[in-house]
Amino acid sequence: MSLIRSLADVVRDREPAAPVEGNQKNAISIRSLNAYYGSHQALEDINFDIHPGVVTAIIGPSGCGKSTMIRCINRMHEVVKGARVEGSVLVDGEDIYGADANPTRIRRKIGMVFQKPNPFPTRSVYENVIAGLRLNMPRKSKADYDEIVEKALRSVALWDEVKDKLGASGMALSGGQQQRLCIARAIAIEPEILLLDEPASALDPTATMKIEDLLFELKSRYTIVLVTHNMQQAARASEITAFFLADERHVGHMIEHGPTRQMFMSPSDPRTEDYISGRLG
Amino acid sequence: MPRVNEQGRFLRRRAAGLASEIIAALLAALSVAVLFLIVGHIIVNGLGSLNADFFTKIPKPYGESGGGIAQAIMGTVIMLIVAAAIAIPFGVGTAIYIVEFGRGRFADTVRFAVELLAELPSIVVGVFVWALVVRNLTGYSGIAGSLALAVIMIPIIARSVEEILRLVPDSLREGALALGSPKWKVVIFVVIPTVLPGILTGIMLALARAAGETAPLLLTALGNSFFNYDLRKPMAAMPLQIYTYAVSPYDDWHNKAWASTLVLIAIVGILSGAVKFATRRWKHESH
Repeated sequence: MSLIRSLADVVRDREPAAPVEGNQKNAISIRSLNAYYGSHQALEDINFDIHPGVVTAIIGPSGCGKSTMIRCINRMHEVVKGARVEGSVLVDGEDIYGADANPTRIRRKIGMVFQKPNPFPTRSVYENVIAGLRLNMPRKSKADYDEIVEKALRSVALWDEVKDKLGASGMALSGGQQQRLCIARAIAIEPEILLLDEPASALDPTATMKIEDLLFELKSRYTIVLVTHNMQQAARASEITAFFLADERHVGHMIEHGPTRQMFMSPSDPRTEDYISGRLG
Repeated sequence: MPRVNEQGRFLRRRAAGLASEIIAALLAALSVAVLFLIVGHIIVNGLGSLNADFFTKIPKPYGESGGGIAQAIMGTVIMLIVAAAIAIPFGVGTAIYIVEFGRGRFADTVRFAVELLAELPSIVVGVFVWALVVRNLTGYSGIAGSLALAVIMIPIIARSVEEILRLVPDSLREGALALGSPKWKVVIFVVIPTVLPGILTGIMLALARAAGETAPLLLTALGNSFFNYDLRKPMAAMPLQIYTYAVSPYDDWHNKAWASTLVLIAIVGILSGAVKFATRRWKHESH
């Protein structure tokens, strides 16, 4: 119990995380979602709501389906060969798995940052930031692009570090800078929702802190879902936490979810407590 | 006792390690020596016949001294350009289909067919083009030669580009897809630029191979002792010219065969060197 206490102390002291009723813009509702890789079921019957204005963390041991979960929110799951999804994900009340839903349009509204920084190696820092605009949006003037690049890089606290090397390759940056560049690239197309799949797992503690601080800044503008296997990170950076766990058939389930503080101090399911206190996974 | 044993084993291991290193180095030296032997021989025998006329004049009948292989150089260049214009889109397109879009049995079949095509002896390609194109449509002609070379180049390009596309990490494709890009844009604007040097090298490899092909050209382009820029007529090519000179009974023509070989090797070498240089600079700039 003392371990749980110490983790709970990490939870930032701030207003209760209860989402503001009425402000349901960019809310995500996941309804009886099942995800498969070929014949293997990775997620079973997931139901929960993700609220705007707060950071929602998904935690759980490796193989519990937490990455699969967020990949279902922007239809990236189906990119994998043989992968498919049943059920629905409602964004602003609209089912992104509806018959007339367009995956590429959905992904422009729902940005994603991956575990390993993946800047485009042939593009400069500048071109990486506006890659999404260049690829998928109507052409803009150079001045507009300049403004967008500066704004996006400032949002991720990278502008001062790279403003003199905007023409350098994105690969020339450090790992932490690359990851912030990828976040800048994701927010440059002005999505409404930002999904982060273990964004700091390949980074050192200093770079990790910067990313977490960044989430704090960004959550007022985007609905943020953060997948992490690092419980301290969930405790530090999120208001809502969902705990996922795979059963003996390796099918992922959501065990419980709730305000982060409550999840870490008094989880209602013994398995959550086991995981958080280090006895599981 | 165990100490002595240990010492002995240590020495044995070192000896075995050293021996295998020496053997490997020796074998490597021998295989490289073969290359140097061939190139050296060609240079020694060919250099003497090289002069300005050799690059600017057409062959002279036997007995007259001088003359060159300009028409063969031109023919090879023209047929390679036409063949490349056909083979590059088909080869690169096939590779992109297999790696980026193909799913299920059809893609596997295409892949297998490309592999088979790559292993087809080039004379078979010649016979095929002869039967289908030369006999029915064009007669012996530059275009038939170009087609034969294209058929040889397509599987080489397809296979090397396929290998190279598989080196592109999926994380890059996913990064672009997650920005809301349709698949075709991901391929054209993210995947291909990332491996462009490798793709050019693959194309270069195919060009080098096609430049040296003789058998399929014998049955299609036939050869020509005069300048010809008309793809509908028989066209000269360097390997054909080398063949003509080499099988002749004349010493002068034998020397010219060596000289032609030297020019062919030099052209291929310069081309691939230029591609390497360009792609290295390109890589340099992007890193």
